[in-house]
Amino acid sequence: MRRVIALIAGGLFGAGLHLSGMTDTTRVLGFLDIFGDWDPTLMFVMGGAILPMALAWRLTIGRAPATGGSFPTRPDPRLDPALLAGGLLFGIGWGLVGLCPGPAIASLSYGQTGGIVFFVSMLAGMIAAPPLRARLDSAARRA
Amino acid sequence: MDIAWIWGLVGGGLIGLAGAVYLLGNGRIMGASGIIGGLVDTSGRDTAAERLAFLAALIAVPAALHYLGGARVDTGVTGDIWLIVPAGVLVGLGTRIGNGCTSGHGVCGISRLSPRGIVATLVYIGAGVLTVAAVRALLGAL
Repeated sequence: MRRVIALIAGGLFGAGLHLSGMTDTTRVLGFLDIFGDWDPTLMFVMGGAILPMALAWRLTIGRAPATGGSFPTRPDPRLDPALLAGGLLFGIGWGLVGLCPGPAIASLSYGQTGGIVFFVSMLAGMIAAPPLRARLDSAARRA
Repeated sequence: MDIAWIWGLVGGGLIGLAGAVYLLGNGRIMGASGIIGGLVDTSGRDTAAERLAFLAALIAVPAALHYLGGARVDTGVTGDIWLIVPAGVLVGLGTRIGNGCTSGHGVCGISRLSPRGIVATLVYIGAGVLTVAAVRALLGAL
């Protein structure tokens, strides 16, 4: 059942990315280009996604997930160096090409070379991340 | 008239619905980098099957819509490999170090008013804006 739910969620996510135009990097870069010819589409996508998601978080109160277990607890609200450094590195990469992980995965479906090279590079970065993150976390504990 | 924002709202609604199904059904936060990252670094080995199911549908549905003659198909990705490779590595590194991307920190985090999600989103959008401005300035200077 968990796999069927994951399949449905992945399919809806893919359809949403495709229809919203977020697999088109020129639109994403257009959103980040606030000093140029600004494209607000991404803001509407975010807004459209946050509304149903906020409702879903409300529905978790006093309930359990349909397949059992429990909902994710609220993380420690404190900010740590890993969160900030990670966001910074991610944002630079995102601004260079206009792909973040969701659209990078979805763009494989169009079989375009640039997207495939980006995806493989992203996986390499993900493999390299855990030791770097451990170093940042231990530095934060010492501080 | 440019109706891109309407498609943005519709597509965004589907993305939010996807996150809602994943959360209420499986009790997990729908973050693209977390779902694939857990497979890549094997930290999500126990839930590998459902991660693969999610990824398979995420790739298959846009392909199906594309062949059915749906809206946009061109990803517009730059042809410059010297830009693509470092960008991909930075996105992979950054999202795993910072524990989330546009779907996890952005959609799922902001909607529960998580301070970490909101701050992370401001940081990566800020870094993205500055990067685009820097690239534009450099290209303009050439």
